[in-house]
Amino acid sequence: MKVLIPGIAGATGRVVALGLLQAGHEIIGLDRRTWPDAPDGVEMHRGDIRSRPAEDLFRTHQPEAVVHMATVTHLVARSEDRYRINLGGTRAVFEHSRRYGVKHVVFVGRHTYYGAGPESPMYHTEDEPPMAVTSFPELSDLVAADLYAGSALWRMPEMTTTVLRMVYTLGPTGHGTLASFLRGPRVPMILGFDPLYQFMHETDVARSIEHALKARVRGVYNVAGPPPVPLSQLIRATGRKSMPLPEFAFRFAMGRFGLPRLPAAALSHIKYPVVIDDRAFRRATGYEHAVAEDRAMREYHDAFPVLDDA
Amino acid sequence: MTAFVSREVLRRIEELEIPWGPFGVDPYGVSKKHLAVGFSMVEPFFRHYFSVKVLGADNVPARGRAMLVGNHSGGIAIDGMMVIASMFFAKNPPRLAQGMVEKFMNRMPFASMLTGKLGQFTGLPEHCIRLLEDERLLMVFPEGARGTAKLYRERYNLVRFGTGFVRLAMRTRAPIIPFAFLGGGAAVPTIHNAVALGKLVGAPYIPVTPYGLPIPLPVKLEVEYGEPMLFHGTGAEADTVIEGYVEQVRTSISQMIEKGRARREKAAEQTLRDYQGGGSAT
Repeated sequence: MKVLIPGIAGATGRVVALGLLQAGHEIIGLDRRTWPDAPDGVEMHRGDIRSRPAEDLFRTHQPEAVVHMATVTHLVARSEDRYRINLGGTRAVFEHSRRYGVKHVVFVGRHTYYGAGPESPMYHTEDEPPMAVTSFPELSDLVAADLYAGSALWRMPEMTTTVLRMVYTLGPTGHGTLASFLRGPRVPMILGFDPLYQFMHETDVARSIEHALKARVRGVYNVAGPPPVPLSQLIRATGRKSMPLPEFAFRFAMGRFGLPRLPAAALSHIKYPVVIDDRAFRRATGYEHAVAEDRAMREYHDAFPVLDDA
Repeated sequence: MTAFVSREVLRRIEELEIPWGPFGVDPYGVSKKHLAVGFSMVEPFFRHYFSVKVLGADNVPARGRAMLVGNHSGGIAIDGMMVIASMFFAKNPPRLAQGMVEKFMNRMPFASMLTGKLGQFTGLPEHCIRLLEDERLLMVFPEGARGTAKLYRERYNLVRFGTGFVRLAMRTRAPIIPFAFLGGGAAVPTIHNAVALGKLVGAPYIPVTPYGLPIPLPVKLEVEYGEPMLFHGTGAEADTVIEGYVEQVRTSISQMIEKGRARREKAAEQTLRDYQGGGSAT
């Protein structure tokens, strides 16, 4: 099957492309970034999804499926840019797909859609509202993109739409929100809180998308890997040291002393878990994760050892 | 820390039917290590300080979903703690009772973390349904915070029951095991609930006792489990139907309380007689 992947050059995008390539698909990549050593079966195009040449890709290649991975988080882009990329880009993907006869669009979204907070339940199901808009305003454009993609289910019924809400990725590419948070030798925690973190290995991201394409499932699905792990354990198993700070000190220390800079609302995601229930996706597609939590953490640790380890 | 953990507790933890992950943590974040320390700390209170008497523990199914439903007794959570301890120490094989915690607890540092690691989650219907569908043992106090706020003179009363628990039990087809908890009101003889003081620390109120702090006295406590009750339906029935079922559960609990109260009063009279008898002999 001919698959177009906007956002292919990101670390996860590449793993997904390689996985789909291995599964026998023909891959067309589109990204503003380059992928210099892209393998032979991947036809790379540089550009913005909202540009005219991007539309031309749809017209000339007539892909059967599109895997939309060209969304960014607050860690990557500032708000104005983010709105343009996440909302404008997603709109372009769906409109071009409809116009040029794409049969299946997979929107790769995030599980942080559900938000974290003291009254938020564990194991969110797909029918829950996006509490992230109130608890973490910096995520609102991603939430909006997710809902916009979901609206294609009724606006574009001739096309199969799959919205995937994926947990954090963790593995040797070191890409993603969680992996970035864990990068330093000392990882800050909020004293008196130790939330569960749910993550999946990059190859399982690829595997799940492959399953979504194969089963051509219509709807909104949570996608996860192994059971979640407490943050303290995650920090230990990746060879880091935890640095529990009282909440007021944590707020002060962010962006200083070599600690990551985070929006104030991100604190709720360090105090409370975002844990999702992915049983519906497993049932619908037969997907099963292959990499267990300890292996994903070990591989991240081996790829990004901390100096103290040496 | 491990020296402090009793061998008995470790053995019982191994007997719990919980799917532990590679780090001794279950899919909800319940931690073996924290349970071991927690139960080891509670054990002397359960066995000696309160010498909790447990009746009818066999009425609780050995495995599979079930909902323990009982009265609040004592201004702080000793009732919940001792019910959990009774399922762990006085039932064979043991079970982990998982309570539904007041929402304010999850906002407090440490309290939030520890309750979670001990399997006590925020009282949300979603948690209730998921745990039951996962064949866990749930502990519910339908009196809610109204119940913990009972004063000493109200200790044998039941306040209004919420109805949500019956709907959830019906929806998940889980049996309700009514239980009566006695003695908590005497252990923490609340004469006043300090609301303003509670606000300062983020709690709804702080119970005040004649001696000031809500430190529980070494009073004998009792918990009696009644026959399981199973209500058939979808849980979407009209309020009037549900209220009838709630009343049945409430009646069962209040009968056990009355029985227990009579038993306790008789025992107290006996003790007094023994004491007086002993006194006259000297």
